[in-house]
Amino acid sequence: MSCIEARNLRKVYGSTVALDHVDLTIAEGRIVGLIGPNGAGKTTALNALLGLIPYSGTLRVLGRDPWTERGDLVRDIAFIADTAVLPRWIRVSDLLDYVEGVHPHFDRVKATAFLAKTNIGKSSKVRDLSKGMVAQLHLALVMAIDAKLLILDEPTLGLDILYRKQFYDSLLNDYFDHNRTILVTTHQVEEIQDVLTDFVFIDRGRITLHCSMDELETRYTELMVNPDNASAARTLGPIQERQLFSRNVFLYDGIDRQRLARLGEVRTPRIADLFIAMMSKEQEVAR
Amino acid sequence: MITRVMQWSVRREIWENRSIYIAPLCTALLYLFGFMLSRLSPHRIGVQRPFDAAAVILIATAFIVAIFYCVDAMQSERRDRSILFWKSLPVSDRTTVLAKVSIPMVVIPAITFATVVTLQIAMLLWSTTWINVFFHALILLYGLIVMSLWFAPIYAWLLMVSAWAKRAVVLWAVLPWMIAGMLERLIFGTSLFGFWMKQCFMGFMEAAFETTKQGQVERLDQLRPGNFLITPGLWTGLIVAALFLWAAVKLRRGREPI
Repeated sequence: MSCIEARNLRKVYGSTVALDHVDLTIAEGRIVGLIGPNGAGKTTALNALLGLIPYSGTLRVLGRDPWTERGDLVRDIAFIADTAVLPRWIRVSDLLDYVEGVHPHFDRVKATAFLAKTNIGKSSKVRDLSKGMVAQLHLALVMAIDAKLLILDEPTLGLDILYRKQFYDSLLNDYFDHNRTILVTTHQVEEIQDVLTDFVFIDRGRITLHCSMDELETRYTELMVNPDNASAARTLGPIQERQLFSRNVFLYDGIDRQRLARLGEVRTPRIADLFIAMMSKEQEVAR
Repeated sequence: MITRVMQWSVRREIWENRSIYIAPLCTALLYLFGFMLSRLSPHRIGVQRPFDAAAVILIATAFIVAIFYCVDAMQSERRDRSILFWKSLPVSDRTTVLAKVSIPMVVIPAITFATVVTLQIAMLLWSTTWINVFFHALILLYGLIVMSLWFAPIYAWLLMVSAWAKRAVVLWAVLPWMIAGMLERLIFGTSLFGFWMKQCFMGFMEAAFETTKQGQVERLDQLRPGNFLITPGLWTGLIVAALFLWAAVKLRRGREPI
């Protein structure tokens, strides 16, 4: 069964089309990055998945309609928005009590064990914790929830690099197994590239690319050549060209890697570079 | 399961709004302090009927606390974005709204009852006159239940506006009624609306008690629960309250942080 299935998903706010006929299928056990510029519709998409907003079209999350069956669905989903959503007035121990009280799939022992590794005091209030600690606290809660789908919306926003690294390490080592699905949006694409199994580009409410990491390796190639080979490289139809330290870097879609290797150095592109390439192409088309 | 979630939801409201018990506690302590001072003074100054005054002051405090609570209850979680956290947990909007309305209708009256009875017992230790605390407590309990039911539409209205308005909840809650009252005055020259408003706040006295000329309740036979239960105003009020709460649930369903 696929974890998320969207057909013709559409959401309009006034005259702004936030999601424009989105079709998307995400299988169980994947770690998917949802990547797009500001205002692309990422948060709207997540809100629809979480049953927080109504939409048109069909959407199934874990086999359920998030808007009409939100009550049942929410037990199997864990969600972290950017770190500022934990109530600031609450005490850490009260928060644990509360979540244990209301969530049938919450394992307090796990949460406590995770918190023991941090500097978070049980009796401190959320407002007295640093941003990084609040993120750790939220992660501790979520990791102790036995959810089938974890949705992370900019979970590391505003955190320093050390915390960000720790965050994803804990997520992979202590949480992820192949029965779970993780959907994450972030602007720090570089940092999660090695974590992902799939990525989805979204722009102006549309899915522009849905690709697995294996596909990225076989389909896309980045070629770095000296200026004298540049014109030869250009004839092969790169989707993007840029300059790097007086060398030319080309990005190809579906060109044989062996063939490119004769012109210069080849490697698998970074997701961020592919994203930029596709975005600038889109803009040219739009013009 | 639902009752367990309900209990935790109520508990989190109390954690968030500590004024629910701090305000009555402070008022009671201040009152007791003043009462003791008046006893020590040789001139026997102080209010008449200090035991009744204690109850009245604490009921008024409770009402103010309840109003402030309702105004903020559905808005603060959107303002501090914590609504995204609450909604990530398996607690339905209906449970949340019911937990919130139980604060002014059940929790605050219960705290008021406990505070008044404790305060009156404490005052007894310092006074020369005797009152029957049990008898007072019975009247108080009846009065608190009556007020809780009578004020239900007011609390529900405030919760609904609090769920709807992006800012200035008080303004949105009060202004439409004031404008309605003024228009009636200007167009028809009548003040039926004002009278109706007064009924909304004070009508329970007439419906539930047979007061003496001074507006006091001294005997148990002045309580008229039968009459209160057949007052149409009570039932229309409760129906309207249910509608407002239903609207608050629907509003919270589609609400995002502000």
